[in-house]
Amino acid sequence: MNNNYWCSNLKIVSILLAIWFLVSFGFGIILSDFLDQFQIAGFKLGFWFAQQGSIYFFVLLIFIYIYLMNKLDKKHKDNLEKES
Amino acid sequence: MDTQLLTYIFVGVSFALYISIAIWSRASSTNEFYIAGKGVHPVANGMATAADWMSAASFISMAGLIAFLGKDGSVYLMGWTGGYVLLALLLAPYLRKFGQYTVPDFIGTRYYSNAARLVAVICLIFVSFTYVAGQMRGVGIVFSRFLEVDINLGVIIGMCIVFFYAVLGGMKGITYTQVAQYCVLIFAYLVPAIFISILMTGNPIPQLGFGDTLVNSDVFLLDKLDEVTTELGFNAYTENTKSNIDIFCITAALMFGTAGLPHVIVRFFTVPKVSDARKSAGYALIFIAILYSTAPAVSAFARMNFIDSVQEVQYKEAPSWFKNWENIGLIAWKDKNNDELIQYSSGNALEGVKPNFEDGRGISGERLVKNNADLTSTNEVYIDRDIMVLANPEIAKLPGWVIALVAAGALAAALSTAAGLLLVISASISHDLLKKTFMPQITEKQELFYARCSAAVAIFIAGLFGIYPPGFVAQVVAFAFGLAAATIFPALLLGIFYKRLNKEGAIAGMLSGLVVTSTYIINYKFININMNSADNWFLGISPEGFGFIGMIINFIVALFVSYFFSKPPDDVYHMIDKIREP
Repeated sequence: MNNNYWCSNLKIVSILLAIWFLVSFGFGIILSDFLDQFQIAGFKLGFWFAQQGSIYFFVLLIFIYIYLMNKLDKKHKDNLEKES
Repeated sequence: MDTQLLTYIFVGVSFALYISIAIWSRASSTNEFYIAGKGVHPVANGMATAADWMSAASFISMAGLIAFLGKDGSVYLMGWTGGYVLLALLLAPYLRKFGQYTVPDFIGTRYYSNAARLVAVICLIFVSFTYVAGQMRGVGIVFSRFLEVDINLGVIIGMCIVFFYAVLGGMKGITYTQVAQYCVLIFAYLVPAIFISILMTGNPIPQLGFGDTLVNSDVFLLDKLDEVTTELGFNAYTENTKSNIDIFCITAALMFGTAGLPHVIVRFFTVPKVSDARKSAGYALIFIAILYSTAPAVSAFARMNFIDSVQEVQYKEAPSWFKNWENIGLIAWKDKNNDELIQYSSGNALEGVKPNFEDGRGISGERLVKNNADLTSTNEVYIDRDIMVLANPEIAKLPGWVIALVAAGALAAALSTAAGLLLVISASISHDLLKKTFMPQITEKQELFYARCSAAVAIFIAGLFGIYPPGFVAQVVAFAFGLAAATIFPALLLGIFYKRLNKEGAIAGMLSGLVVTSTYIINYKFININMNSADNWFLGISPEGFGFIGMIINFIVALFVSYFFSKPPDDVYHMIDKIREP
């Protein structure tokens, strides 16, 4: 009965974790040297992601998650009320 | 007023504040003692979590480490923040929904076995004590440098304060004290950073400042730093020296380790609702990110300032902070070419790296060391990386009250983390070991009494670690994270997301993660220390990053073993269904 809720939850979590992986392990480590050829102000881009950008994205990701889950919780609650 | 007096006032006032909060928020039941009666507002909980998380290591050591590691230091920045994403998305809401007191509680119930609970308790106590030892050393350093009291007396004062509010207040007292401690520590961290950023780049925001140009020139600070560091024979500041695979694994081990640290997870048990657990994680990360995004800026400023103020300076003319830190043994200078000038470059100044001081002074007035000069390099300066943040305001010649503030902030960071850890240790002893395993007949009142006793004993042991610091503190930090990543995190994750995992699989997984990771770390850190280099490592992965491999092994073993045994009983299935519901 709550299969739908759980599936949507898993979908949200996997998309957000993919971004999490991309900004830290991707831009901050694996692609970091490549990104270093671009420069914003005094920062090489790869260096910026490793020491600044990844942290900002982490904060953003959690707040997107909070927003999406609150919406999902509400939808789930409404559905339950309709059934009963 | 002189700096010394200001420091006494700042530290005294902050301690008085912590104690009055503790008296105001005493705990009267086990519920309040373990999880603050589940009544903590998410913002307050976020601040408390941040203070709990940011230890003496984050406040004192991290920026210093990054200052000397350059881009390699990113592993700490990403590793110690990224774990919160995992916590918020994968663990916190479900564990809050489960609604018990401790992490071993969840593992014991989910895997319907006291053996699993015991394995979790052992990992937890080991991880927590490792951490506490480091905090007490931080307290000792601050007391001896800024208040000029004996390190031992400093540790004892720290112990008394923690004892007072942890034993009396339990989680409730600790949480509200930590909110105050967060405010003190973040203020103390930001003020000098902003000052130095303005002095060096004219930009008042440190996060932008270290990407800005230096005052009165159009050269970017980081470009200048790259140039200076390469000139002195170091690696360029903004380039990696470690291999990508090693950086990847260390970052991963720190992230998954963070998400598996019991004293962090337990914070999410204290909020009123499941949705509050998610919010708490978000607020906690914001509060943490404020310090963590400032840290790399502080590092770059400190490295630059340090080189500027000592390079080619006559020892007699050296700034007073240089001599002050030399006096307590964290800086040493050996005049290799007898020119009375300080030369700083790559390589070790002394044979055996750490200075071994003897009585007496050299020609320039420097402290004599027993070590021979390391003639493979021209570097003459030994500097302990831990002092950079504490010395930074002095190096940048900031006013005395800023220096006093930093001392109070460092103490807040160390004490808040120590208290949080001690609580986790005492809860796991009184609740998991006594109430749930060996003495199930005790009443709530007796349990609370045992909780307070074990907190007191834990504080006593932690104090001993501070007074007689074991030489292995730095080495075992890798251990703490590696073990949390390789044992606790997989057990929690699979427990929530994979219903079919039975107790045989979980226990086999935790034990194999534990054995593989500790064997690897003990081998390179304690037995074959001289083999500890990239050529000998498995796939070039250092002991610091091996927890990640341990975690993968845990997953594989758990799933494989689980396949051969019967599936978990029905009530476990129901329990998992329930925690998955919002």
